Amino acid sequence: MASIDTGGGDSHKKGPGVKKAKKLSTRVDMTPMVDLGFLLITFFIFTATMSSPVGMDLNMPKDTNKDEEQTKAKQSGALTVMLGKDNNVYYYEGELAPDGSNFKQTTFKGIRDEIIRKRKEVIAAYTGNAACEEKAREKGKDPRKSCEDEDFIVVIKPTANATYKNTVDILDEMTINNVRRFAMVKIADTEKELVEATEGK
Amino acid sequence: MPSVKIPKKSTDTDMTPFVDIAFLILSFFIMATKFKPAEPVEVETPSSVSSAILKEENALLITIGKDSKVYINVNAVKDPNGEKLNKIIHGINTSRNLGLTEQEMAKFRFAPIIGVPFNGLKQLLSYSPDEMGKVTQPGIPVLDTLNNELIWWVDETKKAFADGSSKLLYFIKGDNDSKYPTFEAVVNALRRNEEFKYNLITAQEGAPEGTELYKERNK
Repeated sequence: MASIDTGGGDSHKKGPGVKKAKKLSTRVDMTPMVDLGFLLITFFIFTATMSSPVGMDLNMPKDTNKDEEQTKAKQSGALTVMLGKDNNVYYYEGELAPDGSNFKQTTFKGIRDEIIRKRKEVIAAYTGNAACEEKAREKGKDPRKSCEDEDFIVVIKPTANATYKNTVDILDEMTINNVRRFAMVKIADTEKELVEATEGK
Repeated sequence: MPSVKIPKKSTDTDMTPFVDIAFLILSFFIMATKFKPAEPVEVETPSSVSSAILKEENALLITIGKDSKVYINVNAVKDPNGEKLNKIIHGINTSRNLGLTEQEMAKFRFAPIIGVPFNGLKQLLSYSPDEMGKVTQPGIPVLDTLNNELIWWVDETKKAFADGSSKLLYFIKGDNDSKYPTFEAVVNALRRNEEFKYNLITAQEGAPEGTELYKERNK
């Protein structure tokens, strides 16, 4: 079978009296070598592809006090997401009601549907934004497509109990749902109290 | 009836070319593989849908460990003599009045990772590079806004790479379980130095089905 034949097949006559040496086979079974070779190949293929980390870009805004540099957001298109402990997510739309009635709790699974729903709602309420559409036209983009979600903004407020994974997950959620405007903001005291009250602290 | 004699063919396959190819591929992979260097701090990164693969570049890698300890590590390409790293430690020594000796500073570029407050730097640099990787480091203090030592590190690193020949990137590699305030403090330290673009190191995962991104990628 898997073997290499190096021994010559010629059996030339030796003179009388010369003792015929016992002929050893020179055929080497190469199967174990092939096995080992492929085992190593598999190992190297796996290690080579596994060690390439990917990077997630994060751009933070510059701190500014100038009014014209501040990002403006409409109340109606804002969704505020708070990250609590044990992977809990809290959110409210627009402005937080004084009695906290629009403060809701969900999970990382649920927040995606909420973001999608809110985004659709904002797009449906779009009536036209001349300034933005003009800009988009200049850049050669579809004016409606690039402006319809202009008012949609997600405000992310992680609490001190949120983990780094939660933060990355929510930022990832922005990419997944094509949310173009989002901000990471320090949590306000009233919101913190509400989160803590819900978490039963 | 005379039976037709079918010549018996040998089932013996010559596997030599097969072996040749196998070992050719094997040698290719051995040469092409770059092993991950042993990590002094074990970090389990979260996964994200991002697909931008990070290259070896000039970077300040800020690692946030499982217990929210902060470590830094400067990655300089095309800097075999560690000139940039020497510049950083000299800068830190002068600006923070640490009183390090030349020998101690010379060891800085061999340190696998730095995770000590400034007052512990002298002791850390007294170890051999092998030992440095083994000792438990307390992490760079960042949580105190008035004394966020990372600001100084970022500042000196920025200065060392300021000659314009190469861009400096900021990598943040955080553990799943590290707490948000630490991440916020790290970002604040960078923001204080007027740096607003970072790369978060994550593991890769696919876009969830049915979402906007999924539609975009599968057009």
